[in-house]
Amino acid sequence: MTTELFTGAEMVVKALSALKVKYIFGYPGGSVLDLYDAIFQQDEVEHILVRHEQAATHMADGYARATGEVGVVLATSGPGATNCVTGIATAYMDSIPMVVLAGQVPTTLIGNDAFQETDIVGCTRPIIKHSFNCRDLADIPNIIAKAFYIASTGRPGPVVVELPKDMLVPQNKAPYKIELDVSMRSYNPNVKGHPKQIRKAAKAISEAKKLVVYSGGGIVLADASQLLTTLVETLKSPVTNTLMGLGGISGTHENFIGMLGMHGSVEANKTMANADVILALGVRFDDRVTNNVEKFCPNANIIHVDIDPTSISKTINAHIPVVGLVDVVMQQLLDELNDINYTPDEEALKEWWQQIHLWRDTQHVGYEQIEGEKIKPQRVIEAMYKITNGEAYVASDVGQHQMFAAQYYPFAKPRQWINSGGAGTMGFGLPAAMGVKLAFPDKHVICITGDGSIQMNIQELSTCMQYSLPVVIITLNNRSLGMVRQWQDMVYGGRHSSSYMESLPDFCKVAEAYGHVGIQIDTLEELDSKLEEAFSIKNKLVFVDVLVDEKEHVYPMHIRQGSIDEMWIKKGVKA
Amino acid sequence: MRHILAILLENEAGALSRIVGLFSQRAFNIESLTVAPTDDNSLSRITIATIGDDKVLEQIVKQVNKLVDVIKISELTDRKHVERELLLIKVLANTDKSRTEVKRITDIFRGAIVDIGKQIYTIELTGDGDKLNAFIETLSNETEIIESVRSGCVGIARGEKAMRL
Repeated sequence: MTTELFTGAEMVVKALSALKVKYIFGYPGGSVLDLYDAIFQQDEVEHILVRHEQAATHMADGYARATGEVGVVLATSGPGATNCVTGIATAYMDSIPMVVLAGQVPTTLIGNDAFQETDIVGCTRPIIKHSFNCRDLADIPNIIAKAFYIASTGRPGPVVVELPKDMLVPQNKAPYKIELDVSMRSYNPNVKGHPKQIRKAAKAISEAKKLVVYSGGGIVLADASQLLTTLVETLKSPVTNTLMGLGGISGTHENFIGMLGMHGSVEANKTMANADVILALGVRFDDRVTNNVEKFCPNANIIHVDIDPTSISKTINAHIPVVGLVDVVMQQLLDELNDINYTPDEEALKEWWQQIHLWRDTQHVGYEQIEGEKIKPQRVIEAMYKITNGEAYVASDVGQHQMFAAQYYPFAKPRQWINSGGAGTMGFGLPAAMGVKLAFPDKHVICITGDGSIQMNIQELSTCMQYSLPVVIITLNNRSLGMVRQWQDMVYGGRHSSSYMESLPDFCKVAEAYGHVGIQIDTLEELDSKLEEAFSIKNKLVFVDVLVDEKEHVYPMHIRQGSIDEMWIKKGVKA
Repeated sequence: MRHILAILLENEAGALSRIVGLFSQRAFNIESLTVAPTDDNSLSRITIATIGDDKVLEQIVKQVNKLVDVIKISELTDRKHVERELLLIKVLANTDKSRTEVKRITDIFRGAIVDIGKQIYTIELTGDGDKLNAFIETLSNETEIIESVRSGCVGIARGEKAMRL
């Protein structure tokens, strides 16, 4: 009996298909043409052709964030691969499972400064979870299986697989063997929390008078939102989310006190600052949360649960560290609380909640929309929320619009809010929204963006036309780089250095040029009706260009180097 | 404070660069680094000497451990251990006096002269860092040092416990 032989290109496609991959996002080029030829000759894995490789990574990223599956990217060697770098860094910072297949010049030319040769494994080393060089085509299937395993387990992250051209060409063949049940002696992500630490945590919780749950992106990644809700309802405690954790518990849940951090709610930040026990779940005490670490929550006993030991006690010392998958640990904690017959201290809770409500009521931060004046950006988000019943997927770009969306669109479910929180990558929004739309064609998918961010990947309007991806793009157009301008107003004496866009295109016409629908909104009177119209168009992409007040700032905002609850709540007014 | 870390990792292309890259990316200090395959050829062992306070050390250990290629990491300096470094040094030995002195000092430090040229002796010495420093300083008082190379330290824990798969 003769063993069937396959080319490397065929093996890549076979392996992807064995791993149940539906889409690859990419762009062809010299070193991966054999792979593209193999993709052409099958119909299990569909290739989505983007207009720039950065967008391919964000699209795969958006797809991964919305579905929980691994996003797959394919790029050619050299510039194709380096264009992926920003998208890889974005996925890395937010722990998104992604596999990037990058072409490479033939092994015989590696190191020769060959045409379109770049050491992509070297370029991406600091921003990947792991990477593979392929030097024997028989290894391809298992390398890909390992890449998926590493990308999607433990703390997820991007994995780069470099495929030299001679590994893919028709002349070279080998038998196809794949081990889908991957095990690696050097990689065994810890899943269960240590029982001793669980007991300590339960004890601290049961003795707490001012408990707060601080939960993050880990909850979303672990699909642990139901457990979080159960835990919070058991503890009857307030719960705050990080920017990455929004939707981890419903934004309208009565225990939810809003987002915390730089642009978090006053009550969330005050609650953190005054807590005696902080139960931190799937978070990493990012500097945008803590503000000055020296002044961070001095009276709190901190229980920190995370799958990644490096996140624990990196910036803020954890008194009770628990390494493990957050869903597993939360279940252990619930079991332990049950075992010790835990009941919340109702009296302490009553006092604690009274205090929190007082903060909420006296320090409420809002905005003032005056009839006949420019539209306030917050008002657009509220209208968007109403029309979509709070059920839309919202993919955001980076800037003021991102913060307004986080503040004014209370997300009911995890994975609904898709944003570049760690890297803060402008240009993320549109391609990410496209990835979400591909996964959920029947849902409302919004790209909330600004006139700055949208222009960083606006070429993808062409991809939307090719694949009929009817996302709704809502641009809060303030003719400025709003967040930059805000800092310049607050910190740089109002000197608007390069934050003003003097040559904006007519976005509606740009959209129309690509065969989409453009809707221009200039006044408050037309805001609701025109937004309704935008969402009623089902099978075409709608680009809504909303002219908003360029002078509006995002509040609250941390006072630099202050404690977590030192904030500006409006111009010149501190919390 | 100075720490010596022993790292057992997959003997694969790029594994070393991940370690080195990690140290530079996170601004950790490397005083010395040595690497070679172990008796099991599929594994490499790295010894890194680094400087940092407890918080930095904790991050170094965790971050290194997080690398997919790394199997084990342990700090040698918090337990009983043996630490050695190799020095090869060329010194000027062009007079009777300098030849005699160099030979004498080398014997005292239990080194060995491994090569002799017309005007130069090449000496080999192993020991911990302090011993090597003392040797170099003593030599430099007697003659001129032409060239020197140090391996960086390697270390192993004392006793029954072993760092293996």
